[in-house]
Amino acid sequence: MAETATQVAGTRRKRAGKATAHGTGRHLTLRQRIRRDKVMLLLCLPGLLYFVVFHYVPLLGYVTAFQDYQPYLGYAQSAWVGFTNFTEAFTEAAFWSATGNTLTIALVQLVFFFPVPIVLALLLNSVVSDKVRRFVQSIVYLPHFIGWVIIVSIFQQILGGAGVVPDLLGSMGLPRYDMMSDPGAFPWLLTLQLVWKDAGWGTIIILAALLNIDKQHYEAAAIDGAGRWRRTWHVTLPGVAPVIILLLILNLGQILSVGFEQILLQRDAVGPGAGEVLDTYVYFHGIKDGDWGTSAAVGLVKAVIGTALVLGANKLAHFFGHEGIYRGADR
Amino acid sequence: MEKPTRLGLGAKGLVLTLVVAAVVYPLLGVIGTSFASQSDIIESTGLVLWPTHPSLEAYRTIFTGGVVTRALLVSIGVTVFGTLASLLVTIGMAYGLSRRGVVGSRFILMTALFTMLFNPGVIPNFLLINELGLYNTFAALVMPTLVSAFNLVVLRSFFMNLPDDLYDAAKVDGAGDFRTLVRIALPLSKAVIAVISLFYAVTYWNAFFNAMLYLGDNDKWPLPMVLRTFVLQGQSLDSASAGEAVAPVQSVQMAVLVVAVVPILCVYPFLQRYFTKGVLTGAVKG
Repeated sequence: MAETATQVAGTRRKRAGKATAHGTGRHLTLRQRIRRDKVMLLLCLPGLLYFVVFHYVPLLGYVTAFQDYQPYLGYAQSAWVGFTNFTEAFTEAAFWSATGNTLTIALVQLVFFFPVPIVLALLLNSVVSDKVRRFVQSIVYLPHFIGWVIIVSIFQQILGGAGVVPDLLGSMGLPRYDMMSDPGAFPWLLTLQLVWKDAGWGTIIILAALLNIDKQHYEAAAIDGAGRWRRTWHVTLPGVAPVIILLLILNLGQILSVGFEQILLQRDAVGPGAGEVLDTYVYFHGIKDGDWGTSAAVGLVKAVIGTALVLGANKLAHFFGHEGIYRGADR
Repeated sequence: MEKPTRLGLGAKGLVLTLVVAAVVYPLLGVIGTSFASQSDIIESTGLVLWPTHPSLEAYRTIFTGGVVTRALLVSIGVTVFGTLASLLVTIGMAYGLSRRGVVGSRFILMTALFTMLFNPGVIPNFLLINELGLYNTFAALVMPTLVSAFNLVVLRSFFMNLPDDLYDAAKVDGAGDFRTLVRIALPLSKAVIAVISLFYAVTYWNAFFNAMLYLGDNDKWPLPMVLRTFVLQGQSLDSASAGEAVAPVQSVQMAVLVVAVVPILCVYPFLQRYFTKGVLTGAVKG
């Protein structure tokens, strides 16, 4: 509502501006406006420079995707090779294996991580005692702030070869199973770690959506004789559905970017056959093996598809009548 | 509404207890093991929750100079300077974009927001750092992540939501834009700035990937790189620290982990109550 109001006001101001372009001091020339806003613009400058230098300028580096890039020659002197790097990558088994792993991991995470924060939030929401709820909340938010290196180290201590779980299995006379080095279990291991780190954090947004549900709906449903479960089904879920759909769509947009750091740290234990994803492929082939052109090509393809997916996801979110991610820019 | 059933309450309690235990147990285990003696470690499986003969030997080993001490200093330095730099730049930009009608502010905002859509990728970033001559410098740990568009949006929304009257009053009293920021906007947004500081500090404290990519010398390594080499890859520490160490390898490894986690555990409780607000401003208004 507020946004519409400001938009209307904005249009009105613009129209007024046209009518009295050379009128009183309100409508200044560009130079006068820059002088008026110079402090604000100066305050923006370092940040703007940062975004340009570290987010836009590197995009030029993608020319290496079309070059036989040699670091000692630089961009200017390296030979142009057209689309050779792309065809080379696409005929490589390792590339398709990495793509397959990326999609498998993304799918397992979508099915087995995505619903966890929702269920946890519903559970927390149903806790009557404020004290208990706040206590549990502050505990489950915490792992979000712990870095991947630390988390992987902790998991190594629990699930790894000499860890708690294999020891426990061993003492029960079962084979000592080391999940950390089992290629078949890799997507599950990653998902388990992700649940530990971010399931709690993910509840924040859903708990907020739950708070916004009108209490009267619950009372009305209760008067109509709806039990606990029916009220959850007919009032709570429809109430948070918009947020869940939005999160789901945004998640789909990120599908090619499964946790880079997390996987990089554990790839060696399971081998590239199961542990290589598109991001690690680019890193190992490009920076480790010096195969700059091909990996830049793969990186470019991934970036383009990724951006298209995010844009598409945002469009979809708008289509479903939600704000999407970039509406704030209109203000 | 009817009273909750006893079965339901019990089940809920059980699940929540398990959830809390799943978070707390590993952390307590790591802390316990770092104080454990060799016999404790052999006796227990993997993690020692309550060492019978607690000793500080592991900490003595890592704090008497050498790799861990140096990495700790690097991490503290990078975190402090990085967070300060990030805050300064983010506050300036968020405030500069928060008032209506500033020339070009829409364009500047879009430039920042679009970066949430794409990531330049490993190779171009690496080449850029090389070209800028930042390879193997500490600046390479700070510069690439200096401003987070998310934090920028959170702070900008907060500045925008401060009552216009305050800004008008400051203007009437003759305060310029900069004075208004320092005297009016900043004192009112301490809580949000605290949360954003935490977000930045945690990023720098945990930064591992940039260190791996951009630091050639291992004497410049921050803590996460040391963790990876000595805890995950199991390389021994003794090449760097004195060979007189008598602490068990495992408790030394856990002590390094504790050093990495404790700062987070220390600041977290103070900022935790502000999270929801900060995160939601970013998610809803962003």
